[in-house]
Amino acid sequence: MSSTSIINLPNQQTARMPKNHYLNSGYGLKSWALTLDHKRIAILYLLTTLFFFCIGGLMAALMRLELLTPAGDLVASDTYNKLFSIHGIIMVFFFLVPIAPAVLGNFLIPIMIGAKDVAFPKLNLLSYYIFLIGGFFELYSIIWGGVDTGWTFTTPLSTHYVNTNVISAAMGIFIAGFSSILTGLNFVVTIHRLRAPGMTWFRLPLFIWSYYATAIIFILATPVIAITMVLIAMERVFGIGVFDPALGGDPILFQHLFWFYSHPAVYVMILPGMGVMSEVVGCFSRKRVFGYTAVAFSSVAIAVFSFFVWAHHMFIMGISNYSALVFSLFSMLVAIPSAIKVFNWSATMYKGSITFETPMLYAFSFIGLFTIGGLTGVMLASLGMDIHMTETYFVVAHFHYVMVGGMVSAVMCGLHFWWPKITGRMYPEQLGKLAASTLFIGFNLTFFPQFILGYLGMPRRYHAYPAEFQVLNVMSTAGASILAIGYLLPAMYFLWSLKYGAIAGSNPWQATGLEWQIQSPPLKDNFEEIPVVDFEAYDYEWLANKTRHEVTNVG
Amino acid sequence: MDSQVIANDPEETQSAHEHSPHLVHHYATMDQQVESASFGMWIFLLTEIMFFGGMFMAYLLYRNWYYDAFVAGSNLLSIQFGTAMTTILIVSSFTVAMGVFCSETRNRKGLVAALSLTLVLGISFLCMKGTEWHGIYVEHHVPGPNFSIETFVHPTDARDVPMSPDAAQHTQIFFFLYFALTGIHALHMVIGCSVLIFLLIRARQGAYTDGNPTMIHNFGLYWHFVDIVWIFLFPLLYLISRHPLK
Amino acid sequence: MSTPTLHKHHIIQPRLYLTILIVLLVLTATTTGVAFLDLGVLNPIVALAIACIKATLVILFFMHLRYSSKLLKLTLCAGLFTFTVLILLTLTDYMSRAWGLW
Repeated sequence: MSSTSIINLPNQQTARMPKNHYLNSGYGLKSWALTLDHKRIAILYLLTTLFFFCIGGLMAALMRLELLTPAGDLVASDTYNKLFSIHGIIMVFFFLVPIAPAVLGNFLIPIMIGAKDVAFPKLNLLSYYIFLIGGFFELYSIIWGGVDTGWTFTTPLSTHYVNTNVISAAMGIFIAGFSSILTGLNFVVTIHRLRAPGMTWFRLPLFIWSYYATAIIFILATPVIAITMVLIAMERVFGIGVFDPALGGDPILFQHLFWFYSHPAVYVMILPGMGVMSEVVGCFSRKRVFGYTAVAFSSVAIAVFSFFVWAHHMFIMGISNYSALVFSLFSMLVAIPSAIKVFNWSATMYKGSITFETPMLYAFSFIGLFTIGGLTGVMLASLGMDIHMTETYFVVAHFHYVMVGGMVSAVMCGLHFWWPKITGRMYPEQLGKLAASTLFIGFNLTFFPQFILGYLGMPRRYHAYPAEFQVLNVMSTAGASILAIGYLLPAMYFLWSLKYGAIAGSNPWQATGLEWQIQSPPLKDNFEEIPVVDFEAYDYEWLANKTRHEVTNVG
Repeated sequence: MDSQVIANDPEETQSAHEHSPHLVHHYATMDQQVESASFGMWIFLLTEIMFFGGMFMAYLLYRNWYYDAFVAGSNLLSIQFGTAMTTILIVSSFTVAMGVFCSETRNRKGLVAALSLTLVLGISFLCMKGTEWHGIYVEHHVPGPNFSIETFVHPTDARDVPMSPDAAQHTQIFFFLYFALTGIHALHMVIGCSVLIFLLIRARQGAYTDGNPTMIHNFGLYWHFVDIVWIFLFPLLYLISRHPLK
Repeated sequence: MSTPTLHKHHIIQPRLYLTILIVLLVLTATTTGVAFLDLGVLNPIVALAIACIKATLVILFFMHLRYSSKLLKLTLCAGLFTFTVLILLTLTDYMSRAWGLW
């Protein structure tokens, strides 16, 4: 083991994949389609969400191509409206919301708490199929004419003025919402009820805490979007007037209900990433995460605060000034728990033995980009700034720094970190580092110019723009192509590693946590017998002692 | 919290808890399984609270904005009818509670009787609901293209005050909320009745009275929740908007 | 916090169920009767107060919450809390948009 790497692989000459594991416990389509195994359901979710990611990414690519030149020459404005609407809807509801909870959470939560499965395996499978049905509705509305309301379905545009597939798109979101609810329900019950003996709340990995917070948001916020989507569909079909000012309805009521879900949903898209960060930063600094309790409770605090801030999306929509003040204040409060996390990760690294494997590179880019995204969020939460900035590219850049720079980095980080656990094989480390760096450079080149564009006043959601913005837009488009390489490269070497990757052994990172104490890939039931937990989370000294002890024994 | 008890006392879980035939493989004990099921059900009901929450918000807003329209709309609903429906639902809640009791005391005949009674009451509630909807449909008060404000602008009853067409239009929002709220409530009742039929068939074969009342228990929670929703819908739609402001 | 002997949990006797049923029916009759009186602003307050009492009775006894673990009580409170947040914070907008008209 070199001093610059903690990777510890078994001797490749003698190493073999485990004889029984969840991937070979059954073959054929049926063993996958009807599986109740949380790990296989996670794989199903992974493939499905990646499929949607490709669609959303394709739309983004087309948009960036259009914005290469000031004139609206590649696509007509109608088509451009459809592109950004589909990009938003797919990326938010069918990629970012499900990717981390349903993929990483499904795979890891039961293993991390020492359980054989989630609390309700059948519900888990059902939630996957509900998600799939919702996805089909969405694909239908894309293929048969698209939808052009933006992902926010703003009324009365969505109910009265556009003539696209709003109803099927709304129903897709309605249906997929139930999948989130069931996933959240399953996680909360699992975390409360299925922890192994000795696994107390404060011995849980921080990953579990942040997923718990995510699940709470799923449960409490998702039903509100469900009913809102039903109301939109009814308004469109029957023209009842509940959101129609002409008949006495209030379009802003729609905004309240919509953002009551969609703001907490934004935290669904970042909290799981924070959980991944805590695991990875701890592991590659060989230290217990600094301020465990503070990090744990800051996750819960973010979940609770998320319900108090929604109207900061509505500052210019005609809500009352007094109300805007209240919401502005609450929005700034969210910075506190977020900052606690960032400071604690930094403090974890301080005087740690940091190594720079691929997951850690992604973790670095997460922390940096999330901080930028978060701080610009504080700027947008202040009333005066927001009125200047809102509906410009500043907002676009802000939430892409959090969503893509934050969450997608975290998902890539998590996939690399747990890839050996999921598949039993390592990805090529050098290519991994290359991809992580490419992603970071490409991302910044894409989205940093958008901050400036927005500050200069370029509005979002237009397919043409004044010629003076062209330089920055060309930079952004160039960055997007680099970003695409940063996604394609991992896709290729992950596929390659499935067959040719080095055999990982049970604990390639020498990490703590129950998931690293079992074979990779895990058994169908995870554990031969339920472990009794008698150690704290992230106790790297304990692990080091144990390893040293083993070595002496052998020697 | 429960598993923390287990956690602090590993002996308890590992020890000779007799393996119940109802225990699913990934649970250690029957307690854990039963508690998980009812916890899961409560969380589901939590989501239901929020699901109705959005519509209650809409109701609150529009009742304050268009009180006169709500008075006009609400007075077209029959309080007697509403009271009868409320009574039926409350009694059905009682019969479900008795079903839970029978299931816990392993009384198969009692369980079948309680569930059958509940089913009858549930279906009669739905029938009354249907009758009421039909009455509104005949009057052209179903929101949508066929909605007519005729009754409010030119009241046939001499005691009623005619409304301006503009204000009368707002009764459509009242009736929309009425149909949305009672419709989604009725949908829950239909789902409840369907599950009830399934449970009834299984209960006749002796399921749920062999020491595993979880299903009945959870169904009871669901049914009671639907009852509670109605307990609030009844005053909101029938009772509190009867009297015009002076 | 539930105890390890949870599955032998409290079985409520039919007599209590019957009492609750009667109370609920009496409350229903009361609330219907009150609706015919014109109490002005008190009408909705009385009707909703009675509805809350009825709902509480159903939750505590029919749904056994009184005999359930703290976790379940907390779960219900979380739901009511979020529901209140939805209503109250939305009202901060509507009420302050037109002071005095509410």
